Amino acid sequence: MGRIALQPPGFYSTVAKAYRKQPNRWGLLLTGGVILSLVLFIYWAGGHFNPYQVRILNLIGINIGLGLSLNLINGFTGQFSLGHAGFMAVGAYTTTLLMMPPAIKQMNFFMMPLVSPLDQIQLPFLAALLLGGLLSALMGVLIGAPVLRLRGDYLAIATLGFSEIIRIVITNIRSVTNGALGLKGIPAYTNLWWSWGFALLTIFVMTRLIHSSYGRAFKAIREDEIAAEAMGIGLSRHKMLAFTLAAFLAGIGGGFQASLLTTIEPNMFRFTLTFEILLMVVLGGMGSITGTVIAATIVTILKEVLRGVEAPMNLGFISLPGIPGMRMVIFSLLLILVVLFYREGIMGQRELSWERLLGQKDSSPERGVEI
Amino acid sequence: MSLLELEGVGKKFGGLTALSDFNLSLAPGELVGLIGPNGAGKTTVFNLITGVYKPTEGRIVFNGKDITGLRPDLITRCGIARTFQNIRLFGSLSVLENVLVANHLRLRSNPLEAVIRWGRYGAEGREMVAYSQSLLEAVGLAHLAQEQASSLPYGQQRRLEIVRALATKPKLLLLDEPAAGMNPAEARELMDFIRQIRKDFDLTILLIEHHMRVVMGICERILVLDYGLTIAEGSPAEIQKNQKVVTAYLGVETGA
Repeated sequence: MGRIALQPPGFYSTVAKAYRKQPNRWGLLLTGGVILSLVLFIYWAGGHFNPYQVRILNLIGINIGLGLSLNLINGFTGQFSLGHAGFMAVGAYTTTLLMMPPAIKQMNFFMMPLVSPLDQIQLPFLAALLLGGLLSALMGVLIGAPVLRLRGDYLAIATLGFSEIIRIVITNIRSVTNGALGLKGIPAYTNLWWSWGFALLTIFVMTRLIHSSYGRAFKAIREDEIAAEAMGIGLSRHKMLAFTLAAFLAGIGGGFQASLLTTIEPNMFRFTLTFEILLMVVLGGMGSITGTVIAATIVTILKEVLRGVEAPMNLGFISLPGIPGMRMVIFSLLLILVVLFYREGIMGQRELSWERLLGQKDSSPERGVEI
Repeated sequence: MSLLELEGVGKKFGGLTALSDFNLSLAPGELVGLIGPNGAGKTTVFNLITGVYKPTEGRIVFNGKDITGLRPDLITRCGIARTFQNIRLFGSLSVLENVLVANHLRLRSNPLEAVIRWGRYGAEGREMVAYSQSLLEAVGLAHLAQEQASSLPYGQQRRLEIVRALATKPKLLLLDEPAAGMNPAEARELMDFIRQIRKDFDLTILLIEHHMRVVMGICERILVLDYGLTIAEGSPAEIQKNQKVVTAYLGVETGA
């Protein structure tokens, strides 16, 4: 065994250089190429795709952001939260109320007028989105502070409960949210640039965060809370950090969705919405960024493809009436199957990398870590 | 001045007294052993010192600061690190990442700086990797840096856990049965290792161990616990002759 002694000056930086992950020039080039072709594709799709196809592409972008934000809590930090629909609702309502023109507000609130300052305010889309995200993050702080002390099933139940509370509150503060009537005629600002910009930015932030010292702290908490705490990691601080960031992103995703669908109502934000996003996370792999991206794409497309099963069917010998909610049955079965037989999901905790795709070995000791 | 001072510390779980009126004073640089039969309260002492449990009575002072009832992560920041009886590594993380996690408490960059790799984060990150790597090299685990921690053989997992604790830069190291499940050769190697790190890192070490050869071999002073009570204290030679200790371990001969 070698002696552990003070190292000469310059030693650390030499060692660091040897073990730091060298940026792969080809990888950077390929990533740049993919982003460039995505930009070109969005430019092209805007002119050539029909509105229905554009809408699906928008949903994919938004769902990637939403899926990643849920994966940050559930997959990387290991805190099983089921509160996403609530945060999305906060974001969707805040964004809508801040950017909707006063004239349309007046038309919406015919039962009970909108409270004073809100009925005159009209902010630009981006400002409304960010404020929606911030309010959602604030809710994340308020909810997270008491419930993140809980573990496992208890945390899931508590977050689910809070998400329902948010929905009930929204249904009942009619002078702010218009209650069960919902809000219609929301300006349709969401386009492919916005939704995919959101997706790319979320991917970037998540990748950098997860590969930083904070990301390692999150994963340490997921692996073993007692050991993580014994290594000097403040549990509540780091859980709150992940939870708040996820709530922020969920709020922004909700804002985008409101502006894409142009109409929102409290019942959109039921547990099934959280379930859909959870499906993306579990199917893609808890703790895999690329897995969530792939699964968000698959689930969003599948949801449209499966529209057929809810329509009335004539099988020749028997004709079935349309069964609303049939898609959810199929998704639930899919989730059960994944959990039973394929618990890792598509990617497990691994990531797709160019090295892996090009068949290069990526576990050599030279690879090192990113800092 | 003593580094760690436990004054009349006790812990009750409901009606069960796990530890009562426990006194311990560690001088800087000492290597002290804590022994006793199963269930005597040894790990409870560790959990009380590291803040996992809050004492129901008594006071714990470390380095002149009262740390009674402080949160575990804050106690680690004060300079106390530990290993666990049943190894608690971050299984799906690599060996290097395990050590890096223990550097996180010294990180001063905020999350934003970490995401955009801005300002001091770059330098802090490099320093972190370099320090962890030099630790791994020093204990002969460097060639395994990229392996998944859970894939290491048992003995190396034990060693990694000690290295991970060292990476928090502690003044006091608590080792909970480091030689558990080791054969005599491995145990001997471990003793050398513990002596080595004490010298090189200027550590004070408190050690729980069942492996008597290890305890008697390296400890300068030994405390014996039984049913939550301190029944003996002294040098290895004194402990070996102590009638109470023999009784606690072997029972009393009642005669035919």
